[in-house]
Amino acid sequence: MATTGSRIAAIAAVLMALAACGGSATPTAQTDVGITSTEILLGNTNALSGAAAAYGTISNAENAYFTYVNNNGGINGRHITLKILDDVYNPANTVPLTKQLVEQDKVFAMFSGLGTQTQTSVRDYLNGQKVPQLFVATGATTWGADYSKNTYTLGWQPPYQGESRIYAKDITTNHTSAKIGVLYQNDDYGQDYLKGLTDGLGSSASTMIVDKETYDVTAATPAAQLSKLKAAGADTLFLFTTPGFTIKSLATVTALHWEPAIYLNSVSNPQVYMGIAKKAGAALKNVTSVGYIKDPTDPQWDADAGMKLYKQAIANCTNCNVNDGFNIYGVAVAYTMVDVLKQAGSNMTRANVLNIAANQLNETNPFLLPGVVVKTTSSDHFPIMQEQVITWNGTGWTLQGTLINERGTLK
Amino acid sequence: MLQRIRTAPPRYWLVVVVVLFFAGFPTVISSFQAGQWALALILAIAIMGLNILVGYSGQLSLGHGAFMAFGAYASAILAHRYKMDYLVTIPIAGLLTGMVGFLFGVPALRLSALYLALATFALAVVMPSLIKRPVGLTGGVQGISLPPVVVPQLAKDGFTMLTGSAMTSDQWVYYVTFAYALVLFWLAWNLVRHRAGRAMRAIRDGEVAAAASGINISGYKTLAFGISALYAGIAGSLLGLATGYISPDTFPVSLSIQLLVGAVVGGLASIPGPLLGGIFAYFLPIESNQWVPTQTWIPSQIVATVVKAGPAVTYGVVLILLMIFAPNGIVGLATAGYNRLRRRLRGAADRESGHIPPDPQTV
Amino acid sequence: MQEFLQQIVSGIASGGIFASLALALVLIYNAMGLVNFAQGEMAMLATFIAFTLVDHGVSYWIAFPVTLVVAFAGGILVQRIVIRPVERAPILTLVIVTLGLATLVNGVAGFIFGYVPRSFPSPFSAQTVNLLGAFVSYRDLGVIGVSTVVLLLIYLLLQRTTIGLTMRAAAHHPEASRLLGVHVSWMLALGWGLASAVGAVSGIMVAPILLLEPNMMQTIIIYAFAAAVLGGIESPLGAVVGGLIVGVTVNLAGAYIPFVGGDLQLAVALAIIITVLVIKPNGLFGRPSVRRV
Repeated sequence: MATTGSRIAAIAAVLMALAACGGSATPTAQTDVGITSTEILLGNTNALSGAAAAYGTISNAENAYFTYVNNNGGINGRHITLKILDDVYNPANTVPLTKQLVEQDKVFAMFSGLGTQTQTSVRDYLNGQKVPQLFVATGATTWGADYSKNTYTLGWQPPYQGESRIYAKDITTNHTSAKIGVLYQNDDYGQDYLKGLTDGLGSSASTMIVDKETYDVTAATPAAQLSKLKAAGADTLFLFTTPGFTIKSLATVTALHWEPAIYLNSVSNPQVYMGIAKKAGAALKNVTSVGYIKDPTDPQWDADAGMKLYKQAIANCTNCNVNDGFNIYGVAVAYTMVDVLKQAGSNMTRANVLNIAANQLNETNPFLLPGVVVKTTSSDHFPIMQEQVITWNGTGWTLQGTLINERGTLK
Repeated sequence: MLQRIRTAPPRYWLVVVVVLFFAGFPTVISSFQAGQWALALILAIAIMGLNILVGYSGQLSLGHGAFMAFGAYASAILAHRYKMDYLVTIPIAGLLTGMVGFLFGVPALRLSALYLALATFALAVVMPSLIKRPVGLTGGVQGISLPPVVVPQLAKDGFTMLTGSAMTSDQWVYYVTFAYALVLFWLAWNLVRHRAGRAMRAIRDGEVAAAASGINISGYKTLAFGISALYAGIAGSLLGLATGYISPDTFPVSLSIQLLVGAVVGGLASIPGPLLGGIFAYFLPIESNQWVPTQTWIPSQIVATVVKAGPAVTYGVVLILLMIFAPNGIVGLATAGYNRLRRRLRGAADRESGHIPPDPQTV
Repeated sequence: MQEFLQQIVSGIASGGIFASLALALVLIYNAMGLVNFAQGEMAMLATFIAFTLVDHGVSYWIAFPVTLVVAFAGGILVQRIVIRPVERAPILTLVIVTLGLATLVNGVAGFIFGYVPRSFPSPFSAQTVNLLGAFVSYRDLGVIGVSTVVLLLIYLLLQRTTIGLTMRAAAHHPEASRLLGVHVSWMLALGWGLASAVGAVSGIMVAPILLLEPNMMQTIIIYAFAAAVLGGIESPLGAVVGGLIVGVTVNLAGAYIPFVGGDLQLAVALAIIITVLVIKPNGLFGRPSVRRV
């Protein structure tokens, strides 16, 4: 392994030298693979087709923001090219496609690859090749927690565990007698959320959580599980579910004549899903969630500069629905990427960009809720750790209290 | 020996050319491309397994991806938990999967073709959920990350001597896959020419007649299932080696459909068919997704359509069109074309008496 | 006890969903001795047609029959274009063609409509009724009620009308029927049209519960297979009874067998399929089947 590493390093050095000779505008400026005097080449894999294709729009939104930046002068004279490949959400595709982007297309870095299993499948490879795997589009806690083992990999969005710790905090301060029932998807996504909740509740978790049920993505409806949770006497329901199952769950809860306090995870809280749930018969009473990103459908941001910028940027994508929460997510993470590249200035090397992204981020992102800071330090590699509790008011989300900072709680 | 070489029919020479081509290929393409071709060969191996089952024994499986999953997990668990050398686990995984396939073949005997198709399809759909249990063994949805591939010194030295450049792990995986493909295709070729293969085909073409001529129908049908699963198991195991990570999402139902497409495209009941089918099934979605957008002459609307529709639409169209117009796949078309050409060359006089081989269509 | 009852009632509700699609499978089987792997996808596409109509302001009660007519015509069209060229080919060919059709329709729907789940209106209220302490929504009851009506109609068609009898005869004895002057191929087309329309009814009924998206039927079709196989694949009554049994079994197994839990419910359906096929291939209500070679 050591020999492989040194050989790759040697190759990288040669390539670096070549790129430096051929591409750079000023002799002192440093560049790397994927950087020419006019271009920064980034690679991305996403589910553009297949069952998870609802996420595919994220890549298009990112590209739309890069186009916006390119049209306004680019980054120190260079424009960003994002090469997007479709892995159909299957790790067996992600591996060769990522190798293609790295070895054939020679991208500077991988950016915002989608999916936990898919991105896990290429983490070892990218770290071995010393190619930055920046701002993966998944909230699994492992990206920040296992940073020390994978120093080329970085997440972006708030980790699921951090989010459910915020719910735990809300429970332990405002609802100390809650009897909690949890419905969670039987995968790392659901388990991450459950762990955050259990850790956050601490010693009272075992008494407060009266029942927890799982479902598989192949299930028709979660009706059976919800009946059990109701029968277990829960008066507070946690939904750690994907949008489709959240909507079905919300409708089923109402159908069961059950009126628990409902906490639902941020993945499922965009207004469009709440609207569908309402049409499907959900009463949507007493629903709590958290947010960190501005919702394009929320009228309170109509005059907001960030929202205006979002709408301007997303106009570069002809097929993007401006109201889709995934699109403002894409634009927001692309903003962070641009920010990092701008900071790298003339020292456009993988090492420098990675160092800025992993250790020196301190950014106010106009697409995130006011006060949220995208931040990394040498000891903290979870870029976003602030979220705000929101409650459903019948037609939209109302921000409650102030931002809750979970920074430092996850290791 | 020399005599044999001199009289060898042209197709033997074709085999030699193909083998030499695949042996030398990685020295002229990039390491990453060698990795891609390894994946295509892996599909070809699994498709050969499917071909033995569907093409030669006449039993339909729509769930061969599930057998690949079993093989991949058998290898990964042996390598990850029991710290075995991954290369050692490949044949073990193949044999284990073969045994499972053999056992699956027993109830399959009682099923009509239609019901077998239904049951295997259900298996393919359920498999990703099944893999999630028991979590301690399979890693659940998190899957199993495999240790990095280590290229043996001998292979490294040999490759450097031949090409002057160092061997990458992808190139090593390619050669491992190539070796397995070579052996397994050779075994399949022997199988179908000899007693077992003849028996299977007799069963396929008519069980009553086969039974009347004393063929052990259940024995050969379950044997075909076992062998077929063995191929799929080895392919799955090699897939783990090539990708370094397996999880339930690695084995969606679309994998089984991809295998079926490959089998049908190449041509059922043929030996070169699965090779062509594997290459087609692997590269079709990649190329349609990547090559089409680079072509400026294609209207952007069509480009967007192809990209957004993904492989599903193409696979569906290919399956339907082939079944209607070319049920014997590429090999069937090529054979028909070759025969027609030969007949034409022989002249019209021969045409009347020219014996047209029976239609090898099996499905 | 009350929870047990609720599990059974919820199971019956899902069973209605499985039964409604299984009925379409049974129709095709009766028409040509084939299981249509694309049945669920065709139902999904028909539901999207209804969705598009309703979305453009067409009244539900107009959109519903219009969709049925479109689905009927679509089924006939599919049979004429895709199935007819291979209709005398071995069963393997037919199965592969319907699987190709399933893949194609799923991909096309995903391409046109995207994968974001959509709500779909229902004529039945989302309100629930209390049955001895267990709750069931009018929507769930509606699915079961409509399935029962469809079942009766199919029964009447197959057993009591000339056209139904001719259809079955054409399926089981194509040569004899041909000699008697029956247009066998058109009988098959009719079967496809009817099955497609029944599938559309299923899709329209279940979409409000499952949410409309291209993969809506992907796992439901497996449960529907289990229902049809359990009931006896040529029996419409079997499809409905089988559907209800599968729904309840899957729910109870999920709730009370810890190993199954919420995770392996689909595996229970697979187990039902394999067990029935091996032990009693004709299912509960099926007669010894005519094997199509």
